[in-house]
Amino acid sequence: MFRIILFALCCLVHTNIASAQGTFQDLVQYHAPNIIKGSVKTAPPVITDIQNFGGPVATDFLLAWQSKELWFRKSDDRLITVTTTDKKTYTLLDLQTGDAIGSATKSEIKQIKPNSGLRGMLGTSLVASQLISDDINTRTASLRSLARDPKLTHLAPLRVAVAKETDPDLLVKMTRLERLLTTQYDTNSYERVKAINSFSNDLGLDVRGRLNPILDTQIQLSKTAPDHGKFAQIITPNANGEFTPTDAYAMIVAQGWAEPDITTDEKRQAIINNIENGSVAGIDIKTLDTAQSRDAAYAALAKLGTVPTDVSDADIQAAINTTHFYTTYLEKDPAVVAATIETLDSINTRVGISNTIDLFLDGLSLASIFFLAAIGLAITFGVMGVINMAHGEFIMMGAYTGYLVQQIITNYTLSIIIAIPAAFMVTFAAGVLMERLIIRHLYHRPLETLLATFGVSIALQQLAKNIFGTQARPLTSPDWLGGAWQINDVISISWIRVAIFVLSILFFLMLWFTLNKTRLGLETRAVTQNPRMAASMGINPAKINMLTFGLGSGIAGIAGVAIGLFAKVTSELGSDYIVQSFMTVVVGGVGNIWGTLAGAAMIGFLQKGIEWFNPSNTLAAQTFMIVFIIIFIQFRPRGIIALRGRAAGD
Amino acid sequence: MNGPLIKFLKQHPSVLIFLTILSMFTVLISIGSEAFGYGFVSTSLVKTLGKTLCFCLIALAMDLVWGYCGILSLGHFAFFGLGGYMIGMWLMYERTRLIVMESAQNAQLPMTTQEIQDAIGTQIFGVVGGSEFPVIWAFSHLFWVQLLLVILVPGLLALIFGWLAFRSRVTGVYLSILTQAMTLALALYLFQNDSGLRGNNGLSGLQNLPGLEGTAQSVISMWFFWGSAFALGMGYLLVKLLTESKIGNVIRGIRDDEQRVRFLGYNVEVYKLFIFTITAIIAAIGGALYYPQAGIINPAEIAPIASIYLAVWVAIGGRGRLYGAVIGAAVVSLLSSWFTGGQAPNIPLGFATLNWVDWWLVLLGLSFVIVTLYAPKGIGGLFDKLTKGGTS
Repeated sequence: MFRIILFALCCLVHTNIASAQGTFQDLVQYHAPNIIKGSVKTAPPVITDIQNFGGPVATDFLLAWQSKELWFRKSDDRLITVTTTDKKTYTLLDLQTGDAIGSATKSEIKQIKPNSGLRGMLGTSLVASQLISDDINTRTASLRSLARDPKLTHLAPLRVAVAKETDPDLLVKMTRLERLLTTQYDTNSYERVKAINSFSNDLGLDVRGRLNPILDTQIQLSKTAPDHGKFAQIITPNANGEFTPTDAYAMIVAQGWAEPDITTDEKRQAIINNIENGSVAGIDIKTLDTAQSRDAAYAALAKLGTVPTDVSDADIQAAINTTHFYTTYLEKDPAVVAATIETLDSINTRVGISNTIDLFLDGLSLASIFFLAAIGLAITFGVMGVINMAHGEFIMMGAYTGYLVQQIITNYTLSIIIAIPAAFMVTFAAGVLMERLIIRHLYHRPLETLLATFGVSIALQQLAKNIFGTQARPLTSPDWLGGAWQINDVISISWIRVAIFVLSILFFLMLWFTLNKTRLGLETRAVTQNPRMAASMGINPAKINMLTFGLGSGIAGIAGVAIGLFAKVTSELGSDYIVQSFMTVVVGGVGNIWGTLAGAAMIGFLQKGIEWFNPSNTLAAQTFMIVFIIIFIQFRPRGIIALRGRAAGD
Repeated sequence: MNGPLIKFLKQHPSVLIFLTILSMFTVLISIGSEAFGYGFVSTSLVKTLGKTLCFCLIALAMDLVWGYCGILSLGHFAFFGLGGYMIGMWLMYERTRLIVMESAQNAQLPMTTQEIQDAIGTQIFGVVGGSEFPVIWAFSHLFWVQLLLVILVPGLLALIFGWLAFRSRVTGVYLSILTQAMTLALALYLFQNDSGLRGNNGLSGLQNLPGLEGTAQSVISMWFFWGSAFALGMGYLLVKLLTESKIGNVIRGIRDDEQRVRFLGYNVEVYKLFIFTITAIIAAIGGALYYPQAGIINPAEIAPIASIYLAVWVAIGGRGRLYGAVIGAAVVSLLSSWFTGGQAPNIPLGFATLNWVDWWLVLLGLSFVIVTLYAPKGIGGLFDKLTKGGTS
């Protein structure tokens, strides 16, 4: 006791003397012995003095001390920081001004290396001084680093800081962190409950990370039924559950209430250990190839007294039946537990709602990707009835065009703006070429179109592989498309996906307008329904077919640029989408773009919905989706939106 | 031999010609083999030829369903793969069991049935992080049941899928896309680790026949070569019998005008379903013979692209004539493995070198376009021109 008083007295004296002296250097020189041989015991008064001195110089000093950047001169114990260029001669810097005050060799000075306990203490005191710093940037930065790993020791400085904080935004964040720490570390039950309740609308992961451990339980057992209110839950061992009879019996054994069970492996080992001349307790080991015969041999051994007697399954069951198992919360305060349960319930409800919205957005985004990939097909296959297996390769060509444009134009925004029409032109040309050379000869043989275009598809794919190699090429999105739109802690959607959604809406409107409101659209529909009649009306069917096919291919090219922004551009990019694209068109209903929209929406939402049941397994989701589509076709063979009347034709 | 068959063979000498050529080829390879002959045909070549015979068998099936019945199935490789998986399950189980039993010889205690089962399970499924046998492996220890499943599983899948597809009158390109979706779904399913068939690792070590560790691969490869040749011969005969029967007339009618055949009172769906299922079974038998020669099967084998190549073989060979399908499959698949195997000499073009490994697929794709456009009858069409009379 006397010692403590003496120590306190010393501290007081120190403080007085320190403040009596003038500069910061004088202050630290006074404490120099304790700083050089710093320990957790002697440091607190030193730190307090330095903090009381205040200002950036004090903070810098503490930082330097903590990060082992503080040195001293051996001749007079003067505390300094140093810089060096050649590791031989060191320039000595004044603590206060940072000016050079001389130089020294390595042997004349020494580094101060505080131990980890002291560094932690310095860190906490730094937090305290940084949180009430005059500079708002320092305060923000310090709070941010604090939030990464908040500890008990940060609670007190945080509270001081909250009382002093003037910036409203920062105050909100500071208060939130203070509340979060209060839920766990405050000693007052009422304060904790209040803090816990304040989080009932908060979706932050850190909140759930703090609150969930409060509800951690541990399994207890007793011979008598537990009192009401003293347990969280009564549990019964279940062979298929988390708490198996084996676990339960092991707990009983650990309590010393029963003899340990002999496991199958232990029995086997015991039998092996007791083999004599090819037999165990008089039983030939060749007969021991069933579980029953081994049990019998072990029982025989036990009778001889060489091994402990096995506990029978009935005894184990009886021991489990006469014991009560229940869980208790590690948290002792029932009010805190009750508040936590209530708050977590409320949070989980909100998380559930947000997850549903997030799932919806995911589905929407996937649907728009499918739509984008399939809309070109909706024209070539849906309107013209031409199966183009090389459609996927047109998507790939679009993506590679985007990549090439980026090689020439390094500004990402500009390059994307140029890449879109460039991709359209390239694939439009490729489409027209293919229509002229191949498809127009095969209009009456749809199955052969499929095969011929497949030939084009493998040729193009291999060609791309020969030109660009097998490694993925990047198609970088501009910065303003990077990152994600964070709506709250659960709901977020990357900007690229938003852009793709907007793009697919634009495409839809454009295409709908082209097909229904323009001359070209009218002529396309006419040629599709009856080429001869259309021809006799003065329409050139060959020209219209060529243009329509080019249009569908060109759109595939633009889709390629969009898809390349989030997927890797490889020669197989297109074949990843081709089956899904055909599915989209077939499910939606051939011959109109509303159908493609419906098909894409159905497939996109369905896939995300199935994935939701089993998030780790997207392969299974795709499998089930395809099976679902095959069954769906049974009920609506012509798709969701089927054409009626003559247009449905054949 | 019974009377009707001889009569049939007299009517269709092409079958006899085919069988004779096939037998002569088999005898030639046997004489040349390392195991039974002078050894100028290497074991790996025997395996390649044996595998090619299996491709010819599935090409026959493809020709029947597409060339004669007009159903362009883009999913027959799924049945081929399933057949391989079914026989592969037995091969893998039995071989692992023998290995486990052998190591059990040195154990101090004889193993219990459960211990043996666990040890086999760990050996087979350790690679996908499991040790328990999935339900689908229930019969993997019974050779005859598994052999039956080679026929039953793909047959049933074809029956159910075909029934669903044909009854809702999905035809033409829609059916093609649907079959492609089926094979994609199956491949994706098998790619999962918990599919029970070792995910993308597939089944491996199938070339080692259980209980025949002492027999050299050169001998085993010949057995499979003979088996494949026999299956191809029987398959040819069966398909020819089918196409020349009344059923053959009806399905050709369906190919040319489905509506008209329906109006004549035939139950078109039943005929199509029969052909679809029987070809699936032929494909499965081909697969069951192919994969023990290949040694490994994984889900990538039944990706949609494989089935499309099948269509390519048949189209190039000439559909609607059985020998065309066989020639197409043999020529294209052998050429493919020759070119992509890096054995073909590169052609220097002055400014660049034509590397066949890179350019073969481009050439194949383009030649496929040309065949479709200008020679829809394929290689078989050339024979027609030479003999001045087609059969189909």
